[in-house]
Amino acid sequence: MLSGILVFNQKGENLIFRSFRSDCRPRLADIFRIQVISNPQVRSPILTLGSTTFSHVKHENIYLVAVTKSNANAALVFEFLYRLVMLGRSYFGKFDEEAVKNNFVLIYELLDEILDYGYPQNTETDTLKMYITTEGVRSAIANSATDSSRITMQATGALSWRRSDVKYRKNEAFVDVIEDVNLLMSATGTVLRADVNGQIVMRAYLSGTPECKFGLNDRLLLDGDSAGGSGGGSGSSSFGGGGVVTGNRDGTTKATRAAAGSVTLEDCQFHQCVKLGRFDADRIISFVPPDGEFELMRYRATENVNLPFKVHPIVREVGTTKVEYSVAIKANYSSKLFATNVVIRIPTPLNTAKTTERTSQGRAKYEPEHNNIVWKIARFSGGSEYVLTAEATLTSMTHQKAWSRPPLSLSFSLLMFTSSGLLVRYLKVFEKSNYSSVKWVRYMTRAGSYEIRF
Amino acid sequence: MAMSRIRGAFAVPRKGETFELRSGLVSQYAYERKESIQKTIMAMTLGKDVSSLFPDVLKNIATSDLEQKKLVYLYLMNYAKSHPDLCILAVNTFVQDSEDPNPLIRALAIRTMGCIRVDKMVDYMEEPLRKTLRDESPYVRKTAAICVAKLFDLNPAMCLENGFLEMLQEMIGDPNPMVVANSVTALSEIYHAAPETQALKVTTNTLRKLLMALNECTEWGRVTILTTLAEYKTTEVTESEHICERVAPQFQHANPSVVLAAVKVVFLHMRNVKPELASNYLKKMAPPLVTLVSSAPEVQYVALRNIDLLLQKQPDILNKELRVFFCKYNDPPYVKFQKLEIMVRIANDRNVDQLLAELKEYALEVDMDFVRRAVRAIGQVAIKIESASEKCVNTLLDLINTKVNYVVQEAIVVIKDIFRKYPGYEGIIPTLCKCIDELDEPNARAALIWIVGQYAEKISNAGDILAGFVDGFNEEFSQTQLQILTAVVKLFLKRPEKAQGLVQKVLQAATAENDNPDVRDRAYVYWRLLSNTSNPGATKDIVLSEKPPIVTTIHSLPPALLEQLLTELSTLASVYHKPPEQFVGQGRFGADAVQRAAIEEQIQNARENPLAAAAAAAAVTGSAPPAQSQNNVENLLDIDFDGTAPASAQKEPSGGMSGLEGLAGTPVRVESPAAGAPAGSNNLDDLLGVFGDGGAAAPASSSGGADLMNGFAGLDLSGNGTTSPPPGGNQPKKTNEDIMSLF
Repeated sequence: MLSGILVFNQKGENLIFRSFRSDCRPRLADIFRIQVISNPQVRSPILTLGSTTFSHVKHENIYLVAVTKSNANAALVFEFLYRLVMLGRSYFGKFDEEAVKNNFVLIYELLDEILDYGYPQNTETDTLKMYITTEGVRSAIANSATDSSRITMQATGALSWRRSDVKYRKNEAFVDVIEDVNLLMSATGTVLRADVNGQIVMRAYLSGTPECKFGLNDRLLLDGDSAGGSGGGSGSSSFGGGGVVTGNRDGTTKATRAAAGSVTLEDCQFHQCVKLGRFDADRIISFVPPDGEFELMRYRATENVNLPFKVHPIVREVGTTKVEYSVAIKANYSSKLFATNVVIRIPTPLNTAKTTERTSQGRAKYEPEHNNIVWKIARFSGGSEYVLTAEATLTSMTHQKAWSRPPLSLSFSLLMFTSSGLLVRYLKVFEKSNYSSVKWVRYMTRAGSYEIRF
Repeated sequence: MAMSRIRGAFAVPRKGETFELRSGLVSQYAYERKESIQKTIMAMTLGKDVSSLFPDVLKNIATSDLEQKKLVYLYLMNYAKSHPDLCILAVNTFVQDSEDPNPLIRALAIRTMGCIRVDKMVDYMEEPLRKTLRDESPYVRKTAAICVAKLFDLNPAMCLENGFLEMLQEMIGDPNPMVVANSVTALSEIYHAAPETQALKVTTNTLRKLLMALNECTEWGRVTILTTLAEYKTTEVTESEHICERVAPQFQHANPSVVLAAVKVVFLHMRNVKPELASNYLKKMAPPLVTLVSSAPEVQYVALRNIDLLLQKQPDILNKELRVFFCKYNDPPYVKFQKLEIMVRIANDRNVDQLLAELKEYALEVDMDFVRRAVRAIGQVAIKIESASEKCVNTLLDLINTKVNYVVQEAIVVIKDIFRKYPGYEGIIPTLCKCIDELDEPNARAALIWIVGQYAEKISNAGDILAGFVDGFNEEFSQTQLQILTAVVKLFLKRPEKAQGLVQKVLQAATAENDNPDVRDRAYVYWRLLSNTSNPGATKDIVLSEKPPIVTTIHSLPPALLEQLLTELSTLASVYHKPPEQFVGQGRFGADAVQRAAIEEQIQNARENPLAAAAAAAAVTGSAPPAQSQNNVENLLDIDFDGTAPASAQKEPSGGMSGLEGLAGTPVRVESPAAGAPAGSNNLDDLLGVFGDGGAAAPASSSGGADLMNGFAGLDLSGNGTTSPPPGGNQPKKTNEDIMSLF
């Protein structure tokens, strides 16, 4: 597997060099610097020189490089590098050159723990943080044998993601449904591609070892339900927060279904705490959650995507010296809701000299460094429609080169709205001590890559 | 404070730094010693040689501070080789630590011991390793399991004598899933390094244990177990069914590498199960594969390359998913190119309209390379889907009308291919001819000239067009010159009255004033054909003969290679679409060894006898008998590899695949030992081994003569079929022709 992990800064200085096998020699660092960092033409993230393969990802201003001499599992290598980035971010806030330089001892310690002989071991942030910490206090915990046994039990146990002795006075669970809606619309206004990448993030503050069951208005599950009849115990599912109340499974299943319809999820991916076998058999999401915040699942939906915004751009190139814009944007959701931080980026040609804009709402500004007119609307209520008209004056160029017309893009966030129509139906918590727990759910839709060609 | 000091270590080295470090390492204050160790490690990272501090660092090994211990161990791992004698001083601490009450320290000790590659250390490893393998803490056991693999790498005999392999095999039944995963990892590593040990043998019993551990261990452990399951060959249908059933839920895992590993297992075991069941699994596989396309770009790239492989085997699994492969504006180029290829693969008559609209959009972007590929993709679609050919041609015409130079050129090259599949689009020829002046690339010019020649009877001014090219004949690239020659001859055969003078002129230019042998030869061939008065029809039959239509222009891997790569899903081999032995260096047959020998020989060869080298290269392409190895050679020569292949290939002649080119010339070299490299026969054997068939060359080597003629005599022998291997039936003859043409 991996022979070594290297970290470089943008200048190609080697910040971290950890070899796991004898075939990873220091001169490999020079080779990578010469062949990749100082070579502007390299485009592939994988590079084989002789029989040494360098796989790299770039994060902030550092390169993370995995070196291997074997026919390694490429997907695993990249996934591991990204996991390393994630670990770095959770340890240092920001994982950049500065952080690496200031914490190189800790990084060596981490690498020693998460890779053994080039094979990835436990990479769960929560567990690692128990015995590898930024503070000096760690030694006190890790040095006492009993604590260490507990830590190592967790690091290797079947529930490697959870301590067994968690205690809360008030048992609460927060569920955030966050959807990124992707849109690609052609210049003629047809939707080329619209889909939703959703994630469900949970913050669990629950005592003991709770067994949770989680239900969505997933079409396959609901169909299964109506066929098999509803059963199961009554969990304490009192959803509050944000005003959305979803009924529990016994009473209001049918009502919810009629109101919300059901959603077809193309594909779901679960946190490793979810029992995949059960989901595969009867689509029940059942798990023992880690303590604190984690991403419970990710999903994809492509049918019946509700697009929160309709954008209608008209862009006219007048001669070679002027471009006229007229962009209308309409909110396509209930007037009770409002989107925040709506930003529309309207590309301008590279040789734009100056622009003039007028908007019916919000502010528009030309950003020469990005070749964009940026139109910001802080609060966008449902049902309303706003217009921007602008004009870009171009400098004449000796060599006329066609403008590539990059797509117009949108970013926004919209609370209590899911593009896919997904709803949380219930979250049930079972624990030995049988405590009651409070659960909250929140929905949000953001723009993923929301692009409109013109 | 400490922070700024650490940062200070990155500054320019001061004079006497080693001295300063040394005095810090032996300081009476613990914090100063620790800080000096940190600085030493920092210096080590920067590539400075701090091995002279070895004794001083070693003094700090006995400490209760875990962090400091780890740093000292890190230093030891790096420099143990330079001070093997001093390492003995550390042994005691290691052995003690391996019995520490704290499991973290026990694991740390055994983990580090395995990384200190010094014989003396290995001698002391036996006892601690045996103990830790039976440790009560799973954390220590899982670390010890990996350590067995480390020991095997250092000293296989000792590993076998002490029965560590058997201990590991028992550990597959460990109650802790992570121990199971690491034991499998270690066993599989040992097994692949030395297959004769039979280290990892999956039986029905171990299979059950693996499947049980699969659902409980970490994501990385799952990948290991899944990879092992994929390599396992089942004998019974029920067993395959069972594996598929247990593995399929892993499609839903959040980690893309687990998903790909699961796809691999199911894809390979699916062949044994009932077709209905298999098609069910294929359906289940599609959504997770699509989801991979929304991961990080590098992971996406790996996924896309793998999807490409899967599609070549099962073309219809992603039929309805065209849209997800649409390129985003900010996708990195390597992702975009791969998406284009996949879109063409899943194109069918239902989604073709959508695809064409999208491709046209790409063709209007500014990245030249991407635009060219988009145009090429339109051509591939046209040839793949007959019903869409007209739309494709219209799209291409639209693109030609944009007058963007490189778009026009690429479009013309593509249209030439379309003509070769579908006659009946001659109507667009005038439009094409209008662009003649804009074409400056030999490829595009050659394509257009081919079209003019092919349809000479329908183009009224074909003579004038070609006359223009003939006038500048000597300024053209040889590729274009060849096409001009052919086109003029075709014109002459179709309308002799118009091209009499032209044909004489061009033949004159090609034979008398040209120094490219290919062009000259072709001109002579035409000349003789044309001057053959005894059978005037023959020339027409030859030059204007019906060409076989093109079936597809989509690049596909040969079936044998594809089968091999499917067993390598998700590995580097699947990303490169090349068998692993071509880029992995391990053991005698490793790419490293082969490459070195090949380069050395080629250099030697070229120096001593350039002609022989060329002959050898030409001969081997003809005489390498099995289809498999032949296309290996092709692969090796195919350096560019869609631009996604190792950039090294283009930039560093001594590294990467370009070095492997030498392979093409090497095996035959056996025939003329006089030019033999000092590398010796051992290496040559290796080279033959790589090709999997020494048969063609070995008998020839018996002729053993030093000079060139003897070498050819050897070839002749094999050419006459006395020793020629069966599949090469008509190949050797060709070889002879090749060689003849060299004279």
